[in-house]
Amino acid sequence: MIQNLIDGVLTGSYLSLGAIGLTLVMHILRFANFSHAELLSLGAYAALVFDALVTALAPVLATKLGPLSLTYALLFAILISMVLTGLSAVLIDRLVFKRVREKGWELSMVFASFGMALIIRNVIGLIFGLSPELYSKDIAFAMILSRDPLILVKPDQVFVLVAALALMFVLHLILSRTTFGYALRAVAENPSLAQVNGVNLARTVMAVWLIGGSLAAVAGVFYGLSHQVIPVMGRDLVLPIFAATIVGGIGSVYGAVLGGFIVGIAGNLALVVLPSGYTPSIPFMLILIVLMIRPHGLFGEARA
Amino acid sequence: MPDPVLQVSDVTAGYVPDLPILHGVSLTAERGRITLIIGPNGAGKSTLIKAIAGLIPVSAGRLTLDGQDVTHIRPDQLAAYGIAYVPQTDNIFRSLTIRQNLDLALRRAGGDAAARRNQLLTQFPALADKQHDRAGTLSGGQRQFLAIAMALARAPRLILMDEPSAGLSPKATAEVLEHARKLTADGVSILLVEQNVSQAMKLADHCYILAEGRNQVDGPAAELIGNKVVGEIYLGGRRMGAA
Amino acid sequence: MIGTISYLVFFATTASILAIAVLGLNLQWGNTGLFNGGVVAFFGAGAYGTLILGGTPQDGHLGGYGLFYPLALLGGMAAAGVMAWIVGLLTLRLRHDYLAIATFGVAVAFENLMRNAEWLAGGAKGVRGFERPLRDALGDGFLYNIAFFITVLIILITVYLFLERLVASPFGRLLRAIREDEEAASSLGKSPSRIRLTAFITGSVILGLAGGLYGTFYAFVSPQDVLPTLTFQIWAMLIVGGAGNNRGAIFGAFLIWGAWTASGWALSRFAPVEAQLYTGSMQFVLIGVVIVGMLMWRPQGLLPERLVVSQRGSKE
Repeated sequence: MIQNLIDGVLTGSYLSLGAIGLTLVMHILRFANFSHAELLSLGAYAALVFDALVTALAPVLATKLGPLSLTYALLFAILISMVLTGLSAVLIDRLVFKRVREKGWELSMVFASFGMALIIRNVIGLIFGLSPELYSKDIAFAMILSRDPLILVKPDQVFVLVAALALMFVLHLILSRTTFGYALRAVAENPSLAQVNGVNLARTVMAVWLIGGSLAAVAGVFYGLSHQVIPVMGRDLVLPIFAATIVGGIGSVYGAVLGGFIVGIAGNLALVVLPSGYTPSIPFMLILIVLMIRPHGLFGEARA
Repeated sequence: MPDPVLQVSDVTAGYVPDLPILHGVSLTAERGRITLIIGPNGAGKSTLIKAIAGLIPVSAGRLTLDGQDVTHIRPDQLAAYGIAYVPQTDNIFRSLTIRQNLDLALRRAGGDAAARRNQLLTQFPALADKQHDRAGTLSGGQRQFLAIAMALARAPRLILMDEPSAGLSPKATAEVLEHARKLTADGVSILLVEQNVSQAMKLADHCYILAEGRNQVDGPAAELIGNKVVGEIYLGGRRMGAA
Repeated sequence: MIGTISYLVFFATTASILAIAVLGLNLQWGNTGLFNGGVVAFFGAGAYGTLILGGTPQDGHLGGYGLFYPLALLGGMAAAGVMAWIVGLLTLRLRHDYLAIATFGVAVAFENLMRNAEWLAGGAKGVRGFERPLRDALGDGFLYNIAFFITVLIILITVYLFLERLVASPFGRLLRAIREDEEAASSLGKSPSRIRLTAFITGSVILGLAGGLYGTFYAFVSPQDVLPTLTFQIWAMLIVGGAGNNRGAIFGAFLIWGAWTASGWALSRFAPVEAQLYTGSMQFVLIGVVIVGMLMWRPQGLLPERLVVSQRGSKE
């Protein structure tokens, strides 16, 4: 039970990171982006490639950080992957979503995002193969926090949680302390009023994709550290991430953070009462419950 | 000696390209004056003001600001050129605090933003007391003042105000309009749309009457008060609007 | 020769069943602007419902009611309708995204439930023991397949005519009005969310009908039949054919099913052995490219909607 709770919090940390970008895009561009989870895969694979590359160029960086299986090389690779995934998100918007947005009505965007998800997921499969990859082949030993009941935590998991919380805190500072953050929130609330107050809409949209993409990259790597890197990870993550945004309220960054943890914890706690085969259905059950009792989520506002 | 800030020449505009709401409207806003636009419901007053602010595409005609063509300029660039727009409703960011609203408006203003913000807060003492509250908690009148403060943040040449009295008590309306009058003393020009015709006419320098997306009558506000033709257009239009 | 004809009948039967599904989706998306991200769940509800109600008793799971076939099929359609009613009731009042996400979730949960709940529908093994109607009279061979194809064709034409009349009726005009401008429609005193719910349920019942026929055709259904692939295929059929146009929907179904079958055949025949594992991935990339490409270059589809008073593209 306590073990499930701990695992849930850890799952929640990468779900939250994924949900933050998704909720921003959904709020500002007003469409459910079904390809967002593929940005997580993209980030995870980019980190895999650059981890190998950095290790090959500077073998000295292949040393591990303390008890973690994470190496300095992977840390560099994560930073590179954040930038690349953010830029890919901007590029995908420019090439596809922007054109569909200008041509069709809002909902065509949802179709386009599904199409993009299929393309990204399967191209990754074609390039990297369908079998799972790991960042480190070494077995990571878990720390025993307690023997009765048995509670195990891997050092990597602790790192993932701390790093995710740190990133969210940085984002919180940006949103609550900088005028750039105010501009993001202003565009989310009222795009035309933001424009007449001097905010460049196109540039803000680009910033949202950059932030969303780079957080998705981190989320993808963290998923990979906790489980494995596999082309279909986007398919398995898309519903939990959407559930996190709905639980938190579409458009609310803080809601997405809390929603991510709730979805993560619920999924792991459900293992206590349900066979593990049902885990993929838990996010949907949460969506139904939220829609029944609080349709606009914990922090969301009604908006047409 | 006329000194136009803004000139609107034969502007055709609407939300949808094939469905113009304005059919060749022209007007001039003089520096340091209040120019009033009135007209029945559906006359296109708000559309006109949004077109000037750059929020609605202009399909024909020209907008010039101090002689410079600003017809197809993005709203955020227009803001930088010195056009400020105070919408009728939803004119502040409810989820930001009052101080954050002001800082956002000051973002591209240049100079010492903190000093400028404090100056604005002294100008609007009611806002200063609540500067750390969310703007969504403000009363209608206070919201209007915050919106005006945000418009003033970038030291604009021209403020576009869309029915600042909408939803306000008569007392709050008087306060807001008085404040508008005071601003012109500092050389700010105001283009005002109002439903509250009698109060606004007393305040304005020049007045344009629109109906069905076209100019009808214009002249010095003082002369138009009590003008029979105005009453007919206005009341006639209003009846049309109600039908 | 008989082999070719027999294959063509098989192909045409599957394509016609899918065309019925595309027609159901067209009512939701093309006519009403409702995004159904979980087409396969409603299709699957029809298939599972029909087989469970109409099948012979099975050990270990629900079913074996041996219902008279048309009643079993109606039961499958009703199952799809009830599911649509629940999802629609919860989401159609909210902004569009919610329906998209909730329907996507229904499909995930449906497949997950069917795969795991052995007591319900046999789990991963699927539902067996269904006797195809009139099998005693027509046998199992070519004759049966021809008769079944004709039945499916008649049902397809009936559904087509029903939808054409529905779209031309005042209700159909209301649907388009809501799609184009919800506020205007509600100012006419109509309740858009109720009308959307009606359209959503009707479309889902048609999807259930297609699923029921599909299950009948194979006399078997398993979680492998309710994978998201089918949703993507049915979408591609509608988008390529032309959303809003029922003839386009049918045309798209045959075209895309033909292209899918042909590409699968070509990949398995000509792709090198080591690439065989990846034929699925290649087909998915193709279908993704078709969807995205159509939306970018020809959003109205190959056969565009005819009676348009559309403001698409010009509205913010």
